[in-house]
Amino acid sequence: MAAAKEIRTKISSVKNTQKITKAMEMVAASKMRKAQERMRAARPYADKMRNVVAHLANANAEYHHPYLMPRDVKRIGVIVVSTDRGLCGGLNSNMFRMLLQRIKEWRSQNIELDFCVIGNKGIGFFNRIGGNILAQVSHLGDTPHVADLIGTVKVMLDAYEQGKVDRVYLVYSDFVNSMTQSARLEQLLPLVPQDSKEMQHHWDYIYEPEAKPVVDQLMTRYIESLVYQGVVENIACEQAARMVAMKAASDNAGKLISELQLIYNKARQAAITQELSEIVSGAAAV
Amino acid sequence: MTVHVDIVSAEREIFSGLVEMMFAPAVMGEVGIAPGHTPLMTPLGPGEVRLQLSDGNEEAYYIDGGILEVQPNVVTVLSDTALRAADLDEEAALKAKQAAEEALTDRSAELDLAKAQAALAEAVAQLQVISRLRRRSGRG
Repeated sequence: MAAAKEIRTKISSVKNTQKITKAMEMVAASKMRKAQERMRAARPYADKMRNVVAHLANANAEYHHPYLMPRDVKRIGVIVVSTDRGLCGGLNSNMFRMLLQRIKEWRSQNIELDFCVIGNKGIGFFNRIGGNILAQVSHLGDTPHVADLIGTVKVMLDAYEQGKVDRVYLVYSDFVNSMTQSARLEQLLPLVPQDSKEMQHHWDYIYEPEAKPVVDQLMTRYIESLVYQGVVENIACEQAARMVAMKAASDNAGKLISELQLIYNKARQAAITQELSEIVSGAAAV
Repeated sequence: MTVHVDIVSAEREIFSGLVEMMFAPAVMGEVGIAPGHTPLMTPLGPGEVRLQLSDGNEEAYYIDGGILEVQPNVVTVLSDTALRAADLDEEAALKAKQAAEEALTDRSAELDLAKAQAALAEAVAQLQVISRLRRRSGRG
């Protein structure tokens, strides 16, 4: 019965694993709901910001902001938003694959790259492939705050203002729905003008005290809000991907258990049969 | 006469509705905005945004600073989520940079960890082999 005992311990260990994956699935489901709410809560600010920036781009501004002016691209800055933890399916690797492809394209055009990394997995990725990392932040937790991102974003914005990078991109996972997440690459700077015909107008704001500081502050906040939106979206993606991955793991564990149970039953029956035949043959010998 | 006011921060929506008059803590001094105000844009300092609602009630919200955007029929307060100042931002940027530099120097530490893990795995495998051999010789 040695084999039967081994199988029994195997079954109980798989059962324990299944309990863990089931618990993780449920935790991820409830966290996903909260992350989605946070995503929704962040939307009005980003929308309002977009409106104001669009007004600004169309207004006869007395001060033209460098964020609105495209330059020749020699060096690109990329802000990469990744998760802090693993066990979330192919979420990060899908994003990194997309990013690697773009990196190859850029390198073939002799464009150099700088990175700002948000999240542990991204840091690990760049440790493997190498790359010039300007700044990084990790362990944002489930409730990220804009305050945690200010530093990382500022490093990139400073690099842009000083002409060290000529374009800035944001890479993150976009939450389509709880089953679908897609990697996205978005251009942050220079700002892509939105074609809004009804917004064509010829008035400008009164700026108090002056145009420059107000517009500077506004632009910084706008970029920060875009990055924050990316981070929140990424967290929702992480939880959704983890939920799906853990559900698959629990299902697989269930399958494994039923297979093992079958093997165990067979081993038990074989042992009984053997014992019986031994007894019978023993009796026959006497 | 009322004007539509939105107060939003990056993390949530704080207020949205019609008001008769609003007061906001602009950096140049408190401003009062009535319906039909000229387009205006100004940074806000930390302070209280007061709203006079059409039913005569007054509501007040504390903000850490932000930007006020005024158009004749829409007023938007883009509130910050934390106190901001140039040197505070600078400090945050420095911290993020340092984290990146530390990670670079830490890469050797991570390699050491990987090496140690490999050594541990090897030792465990050896122990298993030894215990198996012992069991077999014990039986035999």
